[in-house]
Amino acid sequence: MSQVLETGAVDGGGAHDRPAHLAHHFDTPEQQFETAKLGMWVFLVTEILFFSGLFCAYAVFRANNPEIFLYGHAFLDKTLGAANTIILITSSFTMAWAVRCAQIGARKGLIINLILTFVCAAGFMGIKAVEYSQKVEHGLLWGNKFNPEVHAVEGSGSGAEAAAAHVEEPPVGAHIFFGIYFGMTGLHGLHVLIGMGLILWLLIRAMKGHFGPGYFTPVDIVGLYWHLVDLIWIFLFPLLYLIH
Amino acid sequence: MTSIPVPGESARPVATDAGERNYLTAGRGLASWLFTVDHKRIAILYMIGICSTFMLGGIFAMLVRIEHWSPGATITDSGETYNRWFTLHGAIMTFLVLVPSIPAILGNFALPLMLGAKDVAFPRLNLLSFYLWLIGAVGFVCVLFLGGIDTGWTFYTPYSTTTATKVGLAGLGAFILGFSSILTGVNFLVTIHKMRHPGMGWFKMPLFLWSLYATAIIQIVATPVVGITLLLLVVERTMGLGIFDPALGGDPVLFQHFFWFYSHPVVYVMILPGMGIISELISIYSRKHIFGYSFIAWSSIAIALFGFLVWGHHLFVSTQSAVMSTIFSLLTFSVSIPSAIKVFNWLATMYRGSIRLTTPMIYALSFLFLFGIGGLTGLFLGTLSVDMHLHDTYFIVAHFHYTMMGSTLIALIGGIHHWWPKMFGRMYNEAVGRLAAVLTFVGFNATFIPQFLMGSRGMPRRYYNYPLEFEFLHRASTVGSFILALGLFMAAYNLIASLFHGKKVPDNPCGGASLEWQTTSPPHLHNFEKPPVLTDPYDMEDLYWDEETGGYRSRSVEGASGGS
Amino acid sequence: MNGQANGGVHAVPLRVLAQVFGALLILTVLTVVLANYHFGPFDLWIAMGIATLKALLVALFFMHLRWDRPFNGVIFLCSLVFVFIFIGFCLLDTSSYQDQVKLRQNDLLMQKK
Repeated sequence: MSQVLETGAVDGGGAHDRPAHLAHHFDTPEQQFETAKLGMWVFLVTEILFFSGLFCAYAVFRANNPEIFLYGHAFLDKTLGAANTIILITSSFTMAWAVRCAQIGARKGLIINLILTFVCAAGFMGIKAVEYSQKVEHGLLWGNKFNPEVHAVEGSGSGAEAAAAHVEEPPVGAHIFFGIYFGMTGLHGLHVLIGMGLILWLLIRAMKGHFGPGYFTPVDIVGLYWHLVDLIWIFLFPLLYLIH
Repeated sequence: MTSIPVPGESARPVATDAGERNYLTAGRGLASWLFTVDHKRIAILYMIGICSTFMLGGIFAMLVRIEHWSPGATITDSGETYNRWFTLHGAIMTFLVLVPSIPAILGNFALPLMLGAKDVAFPRLNLLSFYLWLIGAVGFVCVLFLGGIDTGWTFYTPYSTTTATKVGLAGLGAFILGFSSILTGVNFLVTIHKMRHPGMGWFKMPLFLWSLYATAIIQIVATPVVGITLLLLVVERTMGLGIFDPALGGDPVLFQHFFWFYSHPVVYVMILPGMGIISELISIYSRKHIFGYSFIAWSSIAIALFGFLVWGHHLFVSTQSAVMSTIFSLLTFSVSIPSAIKVFNWLATMYRGSIRLTTPMIYALSFLFLFGIGGLTGLFLGTLSVDMHLHDTYFIVAHFHYTMMGSTLIALIGGIHHWWPKMFGRMYNEAVGRLAAVLTFVGFNATFIPQFLMGSRGMPRRYYNYPLEFEFLHRASTVGSFILALGLFMAAYNLIASLFHGKKVPDNPCGGASLEWQTTSPPHLHNFEKPPVLTDPYDMEDLYWDEETGGYRSRSVEGASGGS
Repeated sequence: MNGQANGGVHAVPLRVLAQVFGALLILTVLTVVLANYHFGPFDLWIAMGIATLKALLVALFFMHLRWDRPFNGVIFLCSLVFVFIFIGFCLLDTSSYQDQVKLRQNDLLMQKK
């Protein structure tokens, strides 16, 4: 029955030159755009605070038990981490480019950049999956599932190298590092997945030709979200992979 | 929208003529309500939902009070059942009732109207936050039927990671409710920024909006932290993450830091909108311009910001270091400054005003009294040495009931009475309303003053049993709670009955000067049939009583219409 | 009409975007390389400094804050202030009670064995 309300809105507004995308309760497209953008920035604040809980847990445990982090980080593959950082930065670049394309009305460029962004995001998740499966294989998991001894000497790849360097007994609470690792990267990965869904949605709308210089709000806003996901990874990478 | 009024008839039609085009009658059928994006209808949905959960939480409160009629077993012989009762009472009242209450009901209804806007900035998001609230509520009801929870509403680890009750589901429910709260906060903050009537500067807004703005800041900043905390708790329980659980090397006190980083500021989410309502009521029913407008406005922001710096006062006896406790104690006192600024400004507003003891005003005066007690006893608890004695006693229980129930909910009920004629176009029975307000006030004090006494004599909170020496005070408290419940039911009956028998009201029956009183009662589907004329929201001199319509009229609005 | 084009919206030149992208890549390589050298207590601060610089570049250019309404940037900065309050106070306190947490953990570990 919301239709009833919406048609009522058009009647009430009575303006004929209102663009189709302008909702009834706004006066001008500028107002609508500025409102959406402010809303997104405020939402990003909530995202930052949401992640801050995990950053706080990280800081508290690292400050009080640095040996856990020194021990644990050696099991993370620095090369894969760096590769993922570069992939995510690239995706941020293509996303920013996509926003530019939408603003100047370059539909083809918009579509190509959105596809590139999506591919990068998928690549990021692919590498993440490889990393996760290595951890699972070596029993490098959180809490009561942490069981590294069994697999430490078997296995292959860098995980085993690192494990060989740490044949000695892991420090008490070594699993906390992996709890925090999986917590942080897991939550971040979830955001990447949500972002991929949003980019797909943008792509479909872009192909339908919904965006142009007069209306690119969704592209701009998903862009902001995507850059935030990148921002968080920029901090996660050195905090988790580059400890010494 | 333009501030230049449309030329037309200078005398506005009385509400009865506008019947066909108001928001209540604009769409028919259940679907027109369930899928509405109209902020006024969403407010009504929230009101129905929150009042239902309020009753549910109230039932558990009554069970707790009845159980304490005598030491040992009264209606249950199981302490575990008792633990579930007080936990469900606390969790339902906090997460389902108090946090959303005023913003979701009265904020949703009044905010766009007061701004002179057609709706909130994101109407669909507004509906989404209602449904998130509903999902959270359903989650809590499921918890109830699956055996309840017994951790207390604070979910403290390590007990919450080990108990067999449904903490996971309740945590998930509270997590979803957090999202609802966040989305409401985002919506209101952006609406206030971008949707104000052209010409309405920040300091021309009604103070209720300032308080909603301050509330939105807290909702946006603090709520995500409890979101991640509860998520970690759920993961801890289901997958054994090991961050909070000491059996896995986790840090249980860290949970308290996380939890109170949200849960202390969130008490200001509850009280700030209440303070905003009181600012409106005091000025309107004293027929006098609000005293110290900008002080009240800024003190709302100050409370919101100071609120983030005091969470450690919940950890005074939780192995917190002496240095941090001292810092937090000091900062706790600082919050009393903006609160006192508000109270003194309200008193100064009433001074030499022509006070009308209407139903909303009786609630407002109750608020002043109850908030005074609640706030001042907070100072005792913020004092380190005194808190050592009073921590986790009934004194704490009484203190936060004075601020949460005695202030927030009293303000909510007062506000609902104030805006009721605007919402539904009908007036409740004033005599019954006043009687209910007085009964609520008396019953509330009868319930909680004995609890102050018990607490200072060492009766701990959350205990199933107690020594015989406390029996009299417990019984007094239980009797009080029945009076309180009677008062609340009477108010509810009075309001509901008014929908069927109430007298129809004109646009401005109670003499408010803010913009919502310029539209019809109930408001037009798009809030204003013609653009509202911007006026000072507290200029009571501008209004005069019109015998013919039985309501107030504004000289400046009529001047603007007549002059063009 | 394209109401947005004159509403303070700025299409960032491709050249600027590419330069920022390049800078981000260089900083990423730099932080990985520096991780192989040891600077004692400064390790963390160097890594965090580079990360902050990268974050600043993303926020200013990719997220348009350089051209945007200043208020959006203020909101962003405010969120960081609250994060610092949160983490700072927690850090200040947690070290003081760690001994008691450790005792409790050992008790529980003993019980398990």
